[in-house]
Amino acid sequence: MADERPIIEEELPPEPVIAPGYTFGTVTDQIASVVLTRRTPAFWMACFSAGFALLLVFLWCVALLFAKGVGIWGIMIPVGWGFAITNFVWWIGIGHAGTLISAILLLLNQRWRNSINRFAEAMTLFAVACAGMFPLLHMGRPWLFYWMFPYPNTMGVQPQFRSPLVWDVFAVSTYATVSFLFWFVGLMPDLATLRDRATNRMARGVYGMLAMGWRGSAHHWLHYETASLLLAGLATPLVLSVHTVVSFDFTIAIVPGWHSTFFPPYFVAGAIYSGFAMVLVLAIPLRWVYGLEGLITDKHLDNSAKVMLATGLIVGYSYMLETFTAWYSGNVYESSALWNRMTGPYAGAYWFLITCNIVSPQFLWFKRVRSKPLFLFLASLVVLMGMWLERFVIIVTSLAQDFLPSSWRVFHPTRWDWATYAGTIGLFTFLFFLFIRLLPMISIFEVRTLLPQAKIEEEGEA
Amino acid sequence: MKPRPPIYGVMAEFNNPTALVNAAREARARGYRKMDAYTPFPIEELNEALHLSKSKLPLIVLTGGILGGLTGFLMQYYVTVIYFPINVAGRPLDSWPMYIVITFELTILFAAISAVFGLLALCGLPMPYHPTFNVPRFARASRSRFFLCIRATDPLFDRKATEDFLESLEPREVAEVAH
Amino acid sequence: MSESKKLDLPAVRALLEKSHGREYWRSLEDLAQTDAFQDLMHREFPRYASEWEDGDSRRNFIKLMGASLALAGLSACTRQPTEHINPYVRQPEELVPGRPMFFATAMPLGASSTGLLVESHEGRPTKIEGNPDHPSLGACDVYAQASVLGLYDPDRSQALAQEGEIRSWGAFLGTVQQAVAAQKAKQGAGLRILTETVTSPTLADQIKGMLAVFPGAKWHQWEPAVAHSAAAGARLALGQPVNTTYDLRGANVIVSLDADFLSSGPGSLRYARQFAAGRRVRTPQTDMNRLYVVEPMPTPTGTKADHRLPLRAADVEQFAWSLAAALGADTSGRKGVPNAAFDKWIGPIARDLQRHRGASLVIAGEQQSPAVHALAHSMNALLGNVGKTVVYTEPVEANPVDQVASLYDLVKDLDAGAVDLLVVLGGNPVYDAPVELGFRDRLKKATLRVHLSLHEDETSELCHWHLPMTHYLETWSDCRAHDGTVTIMQPLIAPLYAGKSVHEVLTMLTDQPERSGYDIVKSYWNSQHTGADFEAWWRKAVHDGVVPDTALPVKTVALRAGWAASLPQPAGQQGLEIVFRPDPAVYDGRFANNGWLQEFPRPITQITWDNAAFMSPATAHEKGVVTSDLVELEYRGYKMRAPVSIQPGHADGSVTVHLGYGRTRAGHVGTRIGFNAYGMRTSTALWQDFGLNARKVGSDYLLVSIQDYHALDTRRHIIEATTIDKYRSNPNVIQESAEAPPRELTLYPEYRYDKYAWGMAIDLTACTGCGACVVACQAENNIAVVGKQEVHHGRHMHWIRVDSYFHGDIENPKIYNQPVPCMQCENAPCELVCPVQATSHSSEGLNDMVYNRCVGTRYCSNNCPYKVRRFNFFLFSDWNTPSLKLQRNPDVTVRSRGVMEKCTYCVQRINRAKIDAEKEERKVRDGEIQTACQATCPTEAIIFGDINDPNSRVTKLKAEKINYGLLADLNTRPRTTYLAALRNPNPEIET
Repeated sequence: MADERPIIEEELPPEPVIAPGYTFGTVTDQIASVVLTRRTPAFWMACFSAGFALLLVFLWCVALLFAKGVGIWGIMIPVGWGFAITNFVWWIGIGHAGTLISAILLLLNQRWRNSINRFAEAMTLFAVACAGMFPLLHMGRPWLFYWMFPYPNTMGVQPQFRSPLVWDVFAVSTYATVSFLFWFVGLMPDLATLRDRATNRMARGVYGMLAMGWRGSAHHWLHYETASLLLAGLATPLVLSVHTVVSFDFTIAIVPGWHSTFFPPYFVAGAIYSGFAMVLVLAIPLRWVYGLEGLITDKHLDNSAKVMLATGLIVGYSYMLETFTAWYSGNVYESSALWNRMTGPYAGAYWFLITCNIVSPQFLWFKRVRSKPLFLFLASLVVLMGMWLERFVIIVTSLAQDFLPSSWRVFHPTRWDWATYAGTIGLFTFLFFLFIRLLPMISIFEVRTLLPQAKIEEEGEA
Repeated sequence: MKPRPPIYGVMAEFNNPTALVNAAREARARGYRKMDAYTPFPIEELNEALHLSKSKLPLIVLTGGILGGLTGFLMQYYVTVIYFPINVAGRPLDSWPMYIVITFELTILFAAISAVFGLLALCGLPMPYHPTFNVPRFARASRSRFFLCIRATDPLFDRKATEDFLESLEPREVAEVAH
Repeated sequence: MSESKKLDLPAVRALLEKSHGREYWRSLEDLAQTDAFQDLMHREFPRYASEWEDGDSRRNFIKLMGASLALAGLSACTRQPTEHINPYVRQPEELVPGRPMFFATAMPLGASSTGLLVESHEGRPTKIEGNPDHPSLGACDVYAQASVLGLYDPDRSQALAQEGEIRSWGAFLGTVQQAVAAQKAKQGAGLRILTETVTSPTLADQIKGMLAVFPGAKWHQWEPAVAHSAAAGARLALGQPVNTTYDLRGANVIVSLDADFLSSGPGSLRYARQFAAGRRVRTPQTDMNRLYVVEPMPTPTGTKADHRLPLRAADVEQFAWSLAAALGADTSGRKGVPNAAFDKWIGPIARDLQRHRGASLVIAGEQQSPAVHALAHSMNALLGNVGKTVVYTEPVEANPVDQVASLYDLVKDLDAGAVDLLVVLGGNPVYDAPVELGFRDRLKKATLRVHLSLHEDETSELCHWHLPMTHYLETWSDCRAHDGTVTIMQPLIAPLYAGKSVHEVLTMLTDQPERSGYDIVKSYWNSQHTGADFEAWWRKAVHDGVVPDTALPVKTVALRAGWAASLPQPAGQQGLEIVFRPDPAVYDGRFANNGWLQEFPRPITQITWDNAAFMSPATAHEKGVVTSDLVELEYRGYKMRAPVSIQPGHADGSVTVHLGYGRTRAGHVGTRIGFNAYGMRTSTALWQDFGLNARKVGSDYLLVSIQDYHALDTRRHIIEATTIDKYRSNPNVIQESAEAPPRELTLYPEYRYDKYAWGMAIDLTACTGCGACVVACQAENNIAVVGKQEVHHGRHMHWIRVDSYFHGDIENPKIYNQPVPCMQCENAPCELVCPVQATSHSSEGLNDMVYNRCVGTRYCSNNCPYKVRRFNFFLFSDWNTPSLKLQRNPDVTVRSRGVMEKCTYCVQRINRAKIDAEKEERKVRDGEIQTACQATCPTEAIIFGDINDPNSRVTKLKAEKINYGLLADLNTRPRTTYLAALRNPNPEIET
């Protein structure tokens, strides 16, 4: 996979990934204290409340949606899919970075990952949660969503396994399950730590139950290491497959602008692109607020930025390829679809996304830029916006102007489209900050292994 | 059967992984077999020091994966060809290339689930109670300290002698582990 | 802003010149790339985030209707009339539950009527079909198709009202008998009866009877949209009023002088059928008639023209003069003002006509001036068409009067205070009388005013007594067709409300007030009947839906020599012209409260829920307006605000407005939408006049058309068209241009359809785009009405639509109509992507849609290249209003919220026929199944059948060389295919 190459080339860091001066104890205490002892900072309160407020907006939208129907959105014939599916693809994509960091980088033995994989995985889970809701919400009769699953029923009908939507159901639910298991397994030793360090009885009880009696015995670690490697090995093809399957939603259809074979790599690259952007958007403020610069060092930001740059280039290449094939195919539907995209009612959106996704990452070539957290933060926001627009443009413009001009129409989002979208961002923030508060956002035991003291001096060496 | 020994075993606490690994090697050399080490992070050298056998987890996962793959494909074949054969878009009933995705997904799903539950089973988790927890300082095993515990069921185990032996390894402290 | 919005005409022309080859386009704004168009296309989100509310207000009024109905205490039960009515025997005599029966009747409209067979389910009329035995030849227009909804309209007035107070018929009888008694003394000098055009022999007999009793009484007639000047024209040329009917079977060359004879006016259904028959080219040898049309506003007839010339309505008269002169008709030396636009046409057309003496036809438009009618008479006489393609009879109207004069007469008496009792039977004069009469105020001068009508409308408001009228499907009556043929109308259902028919109300003024409509009609015909066994005769007449030998006898008339001498020398007129025409959907306004008709996309313009000021691109350019701008029309001091709609092919210097909108008391559906063109319509210029001023006063009026604006790349195989000559020289010309992949190019094993394989062929040469199929489908398949806002959002529900495409220059483009139902693809893209198998293929090749299984992902619609699938974004179907439930077709599911729906080839009809066939152990016969769209089509453009049967009509059509599949290059293998549009241009004009 092209998108991993820069990571492979990435040497083991010459200087330690963790700032000097840490001991097993201090590492443990600093990370655990965020959860256990330290007072909740105002920053957390602010973000959490904001998230919660947006979450309420989301619930409001959903209530109205179920009461009245999907007509409250701007969708119509021919544009049957609007914001809902756009958001779905966007969120799923964001999830990918988490799995990539935790699984692929683990396989590639990129040990710098250890201090960011935990919250990256959490991010994956919550992103998938947001994404997973849209296929359900966008249905005309959401209360029948379970008809998408194969189950013995009196109707004698089963899902239509040739439909990419059914593939989605399987891919996304598998992805969600596996990500959760992987994440939870990773948590077990740290839960034990929390159990042992918790002062108040209830916390100890809860963490104790979750840790399931983990003792960190040599036997445990033996199986544990094997398990994480296996899970990583499983998650890697999975994460690549999920966005491939999502892209099938479009490539399997005959709609001009959708029906093309290079979507899978294109989508996967885009997913990781937006995913790492989200990682940076979360990591940069967190390490600043909780003073974790020692654990999430500039090294991490730098590497993430490089990954963004690489995937961003792949995405840019895809845009060019898309244009080329449309022209080269000589297919009237394909070429006019792309022409409409560039010059038609959505030209603004199209060119804006080009700016966001192709122009902005070029700055990341420069080390000086990559070492400026604030700039990285802004760049990541731009990329996130750009990737959302990309999905919107692909989905909506292709549908708006397909085969028979007599049916062509322009899609206008309603306020409910926007509110629902903003609502899921709220849900994400809500869940994420809950996680920050209740679980160690950095994998404590894996950071311990990064410390020099963790190395065994054999006889003769010393 | 033999009567239940009065205590679970004897446990020594070390400051750093190297000391622990050396201690483990010593104990092994002394002929102790029924022992275990407790560390805040995985230490490969311990496996060799304690002569731990390789994990069976990969086998479990492989089985799970194969099972999942079969389930996925056969389910789809059964539904589209036997259970509810109907003309969809003029495509043949057995359009197997269309089944690949779900087959793949179920393979991964089953494999991953068997990996996690396999792990728990092999570690004997969940285990709410364990004698080692009776040692107050054991709480540090999940933070910064390294423990070696020789169990009373070991044939060579002798309450006095084993404690002396452990003391000779210059631990921070040696403690008896009650049941 | 308004500057920048200007339509850059030169740019458009340049653009069109660049576009070599057949360049079809959907609209002007598209070509023009005006800012307005850019605006329209460039509403970049998040702009237009305006729908906090989902604009489903229609739902609310449906609820209101439900409520109003509940108040009226109407239950959903129906009662057969007590009198004996006669089923039209197609099915077994006796009523079988679950099986519809068909009853013959007719729908009177203006000076004509349409013969119907009404489908009745357990006593509920649910669907209108044409009666093949009637002169209308078994076809239906949109009005007839939609009339069944009018019957169940919850807004129909449900009780007598005396100045708003509910009263009993008894109370009314008392009052009116008193008033009549008072009239007895004065010979009825104060009694006035105002009706619409009357063709009913019974009614005429009743009124004449009254006038005999009350010699002083007067009978006035006013109907806004009938051919007012035809009679005058006949008097002018022939010295007497006559009824002119045409026989197009023998007409090889037809010249229409602003006559939309294919889709409106008396006999249009018959003419359309005959006209299409004369164009059906099946072998290169067969001949094809030729049609010339001159008209201001494109009409369905115009779309069929081989040569169409947009002329101002006034110039049509000049054209007629010139043509007549060129033919050497006796015009007393008068000839049309020379006009560059048509002069070059006169010669070729004249020669073409002369080449076909006795086989040609000149038709004058109903709305054209008497002179044009007279000229048409004289040209037809000159060409020896009279008796062949033109047939004269006595007028169809029982009492052919100059309705304007008649109304003036009434007004005069009103002013004189001579009217004690004014009985208005039907009609809505307060709304539609010529504006200068100020009828609204003058009406009040009558001492006692009684109004009988279906709705409590503008006129009822001003009358002392409002009487609810029975719908024609609830009424015993009779009426005449365009050729005079009488139909005895029988009620399909007892009156839903306390209504009475016009006959019953009229009899209340007599000394035997209690007679039922049945008695009145039957006894009248008994009195007319000669010969034995009236009962048998009556039974047969009612059963057949036509009374034998009642067509008016052919009348021989002679052209008055020098008739033209009385006319002034025709002079050219200057200025902007205003043209009044009946609305293609709501007609003169009487159908304003009919949801189906409001939502029916008007032919060519595709506009719904509105009327507009239609003008040509050049005129719009000159006025600096674009579509959906608001203009203030000023004419003779009357002012009116109207939305602009630029109509390519409209005559320059002319503005067409449609009547029938701006109703103030129509009902929940029709009140206060559009603008009321009657507000500018005077009796001296009922149809067209000069002296209009138009200036832009606003923009962004929500003018909703179901087709948005886009150019059509000719590389897309959508409309295939050629000329008869090209086809003759190379019969494969169509197939060569198409790119259908060969069937054998597939990896898959083919599915085989052994028993039946349903298919459809649509003849673009025949289709006039009248849209009857759209409304027929709506009625047959319980299709919901969604309202203007939702149509604007692109959520209209029609299962079949008629796309229209323009081709050629913007001043005078050729216009093509294309009905698009579901293509029932054999490789249906929609099926492949449905996650729950809610849509899949039947063993007979139907693309089935299982509503109950649909979860509403809309993926199928996304993947449908024809976009024929419709989605219930809200609960569009009305599940509450009892009366609307009565209308529903019990064989078709009423869809609920969140499910996809689509054309099924009327699968319910297919199954009914298959069951019949199986019972008789035979296969379904060809033609036994008619889809709703096919059954109503006036031109038989839609043919459905079994393509496994080598002898079926559809199989033969599909074997035609000009048969092609829409977007066949996608290899969807559509079961619905099209026959290319053939034209027969005059080589002298177009080479």
